[in-house]
Amino acid sequence: MSVALSAQDITRALTRISHEILEKNQGSTNIVLLGIPTRGAHLATRISSIISSIEGTDVPTGTLDITLFRDDLRMRPPRAIMPTKIPTSGIEGKDVVLIDDVLFSGRTIRAALDALGEIGRPRTVQLAALVDRGHRELPIKADFIGKNLPTSKSQSVKVLLSEIDGRDEVSIEEGVE
Amino acid sequence: MRHLLSISDLNKSEAISILDTASELARVSDGAVKKLPTLRGRTIVNLFAEDSTRTRISFEAAAKRLSADVINFSAKGSSLSKGESLKDTAMTLQAMGADAVVIRHPASGAAQRLAENHWMSGSVVNAGDGTHEHPSQALLDAFTIRKHLGMGGSDLVGINVAIVGDILHSRVARSNVLLLSMLGAKITLVAPPTLLPVGIHNWPATVSYDFDSVIPHVDVVMMLRVQQERMSDLFFPNAREYSRYFGLNGERMAAMKKGAIVMHPGPMNRGLEISAEVADSARSVITEQVTNGVSVRMAILYVLLAGGALEVGSN
Amino acid sequence: MSTADFLIKGVSLPDGKKIDLAIFDGLIASVSSGFKGEAHTVIDGSDCVVLPGLVDLHTHLREPGREDAETVLSGSRAGAKGGFTALSAMANTSPVADTAGVVEQVYRLGQEAGLLDVFPIGAVTQGLKGEALSEIGAMADSIARVRVFSDDGNCVSDPLVMRRALEYIKKFGGVIAQHAQDPRMTIGSQMNEGEISARLGLKGWPAVAEEAIIARDVLLADHVKSRLHICHLTTAGGVEIIRWAKARGIDVTAEVTPHHLLLTDDLASSYDPVYKVNPPLRTESDVHALREALADGTIDIVATDHAPHPTEAKECEWQEAAFGMLGLETALSIVQKTMVDTKLMNWMDVADRLSIAPARIGGYENHGQPLVVGSHAHLVVINPTLKWRVDRDLVLSKSSNTPYHGHELPGVVMHTFYKGMPTLLNGNVTSMGGM
Repeated sequence: MSVALSAQDITRALTRISHEILEKNQGSTNIVLLGIPTRGAHLATRISSIISSIEGTDVPTGTLDITLFRDDLRMRPPRAIMPTKIPTSGIEGKDVVLIDDVLFSGRTIRAALDALGEIGRPRTVQLAALVDRGHRELPIKADFIGKNLPTSKSQSVKVLLSEIDGRDEVSIEEGVE
Repeated sequence: MRHLLSISDLNKSEAISILDTASELARVSDGAVKKLPTLRGRTIVNLFAEDSTRTRISFEAAAKRLSADVINFSAKGSSLSKGESLKDTAMTLQAMGADAVVIRHPASGAAQRLAENHWMSGSVVNAGDGTHEHPSQALLDAFTIRKHLGMGGSDLVGINVAIVGDILHSRVARSNVLLLSMLGAKITLVAPPTLLPVGIHNWPATVSYDFDSVIPHVDVVMMLRVQQERMSDLFFPNAREYSRYFGLNGERMAAMKKGAIVMHPGPMNRGLEISAEVADSARSVITEQVTNGVSVRMAILYVLLAGGALEVGSN
Repeated sequence: MSTADFLIKGVSLPDGKKIDLAIFDGLIASVSSGFKGEAHTVIDGSDCVVLPGLVDLHTHLREPGREDAETVLSGSRAGAKGGFTALSAMANTSPVADTAGVVEQVYRLGQEAGLLDVFPIGAVTQGLKGEALSEIGAMADSIARVRVFSDDGNCVSDPLVMRRALEYIKKFGGVIAQHAQDPRMTIGSQMNEGEISARLGLKGWPAVAEEAIIARDVLLADHVKSRLHICHLTTAGGVEIIRWAKARGIDVTAEVTPHHLLLTDDLASSYDPVYKVNPPLRTESDVHALREALADGTIDIVATDHAPHPTEAKECEWQEAAFGMLGLETALSIVQKTMVDTKLMNWMDVADRLSIAPARIGGYENHGQPLVVGSHAHLVVINPTLKWRVDRDLVLSKSSNTPYHGHELPGVVMHTFYKGMPTLLNGNVTSMGGM
């Protein structure tokens, strides 16, 4: 096991991503942040508070569970459905930023796009990921990346966040079976 | 979990997880999303060998909201009414590639027979078998009770429930006694002695013949339908006398606790086991039971069909 | 005697004494320790017990009418396999055995099969309807010499009909075998009424529906001083009534089936109709009472109530399925398991309950005889030290509705002799018949 991002690295990456989001969208007025449970939701909350401290206003932030939209349900035991919370302002005509911890095959994001499509029609959909580990299986690309981590397929990337795991850390583990 | 035949197929955490899943599904359905792709490409057969429009429609709506293909196979005009055996019907459904069969049948144990005979490989959901069980009804009842009275917890500890009426012939009562007691509720069965089964003493419930003495102490009054055919079989002298002792009317409703609710699995016999005044009162959650039925049945289909139980994926 | 036909060497008599038993010309020719003569065929009887050939007082052979389920021939083969040398064919065939013509037909079919004696039971009432008496006298006088009359499957529920029947059979020393089941209390009933039926939502079959008829009928038999036999007793309460009646000197006998000595109503939890039977499987405490009563003689005999049904009659929903289970091929093993291996009975008791007493009740003169020189050589040789596994695909009955599929049972029936000739030799049914 090797540590790829320390707690400090994570904080720095999230701060940078927050700035990049504001820059790309020319401020926070039309932004909606949607975290993908479980860890993406906590990252969204953190980015949201960083942005509000920069801009001085609250950013509409919610969660988007994609379980019911997955295309790999048959390959796994049934999963618990996590909450989906769309901010009251909705997503119609908004610049939605999807936030996840690890970008891998791209299938989660495809499911998220399907889920969004059922809810409304945003002006743009952007993607932020704390880690991009490569091995995409779909034509999907992140707009904001905390760190590119070249990995082999047999490795696994483990993200720990203090809200759930008691500490912040990203590590790479060898062939977990 | 492959089948849902009886509440005894579930342990407490599985039951709670179905209720939690139903809560999330209800929220998704309440919002803008009307249709989820979750069971796209799956075929669900509603095999109804007994008339029950409401249960069939509820399962059909649940399956369609999850994008499953639904085939309705009902008693009238089907081969079941022409004397085809359950085995042959099952093998037909297997040949048609049914991933799940939702079965309503007048014979107790029919769902279990269908599931345990290797006649077909799909999941079996018991939508009411004879006088045995009706597990999806109990789950939607528990869901409704939890929504109204749950003290924030996931179970029903501390809640008192009276189930009133024809316990002997009620699959709704059997499933509810098992489920509500598993979730921690205290149950009192209220009925004339003729409509209580012999051998009830081991059930996790107390028995009373006196509705009036029970009413002020319960949080939920669940009324059961009195079937017309019981009238002629010596279970009670006549409808009027049944109503007098075991019907829920305005007077009895007035004796209920503050916040207590009235439930009924439908269809109701207004004026017999329940008065119109009660059925249409603010305490009645009867139409809400119907609404919740769809979410709970979505959750059941999700739990049975969404996962590939055989393969366990790595992270 | 010149040379014996058969010699069974070193076999144990029911009392445990080891002997050589020689058979000649249909009779037992020698019972001695150390037979000195010659024999055409010598059979090793070590580890085995010899009993008088088993007599079943309650068999459904289904012929005429339901030859798809069983025939007199297939039932005879199953009987020989189970150690029986006499069966009693129940009257609920189609047409019903309520005339001399039908009972003579069944009797002849038995003789033609030649593997054992088939004694027809006559219906008490025409068409088993419980209303008008059938031609009881004509059946008694026929070549079938019917002595046992029963509407089995139905109860003779009308007390006046039952009284008249009991009176009428006194003319020739017959017996009425009652299927005790109050019909009003058991409309649509599916299984024993109790905790299990309450949970399964299957319509209950109260013990009292059986006991009320038994109580009524022992009183009737007492009143008219006639002979009553109670079929397939299943409840502890029924045992009490029989015990009381016998103590009063009422001429009543009773039977229990092997399945009611072993199986209980919780098996219905599978909803597998192979466990659906009339009268129904009861509780553990009933089973206990039945075993005690069989051991102390309150219950006189074991009778199989062998009830074959075609596959489709059982491969369905419980409430749609037919009542009944196979019994002939497993009866002796179940009795060993429940009564002998539990030390409730010894082999002399088994000989009495499965051969001597049923032959006496049925009036089957050549059966159930003591194992002494000159007796008819109707014999069964069982090896109680062996075990076997029941396989429904290997039964000799035409049907396969055995509740013991996959069970390992003690006691293998090795040889059955009928009229001095083997109908079962080393576990295989022979084509040889009687003379």
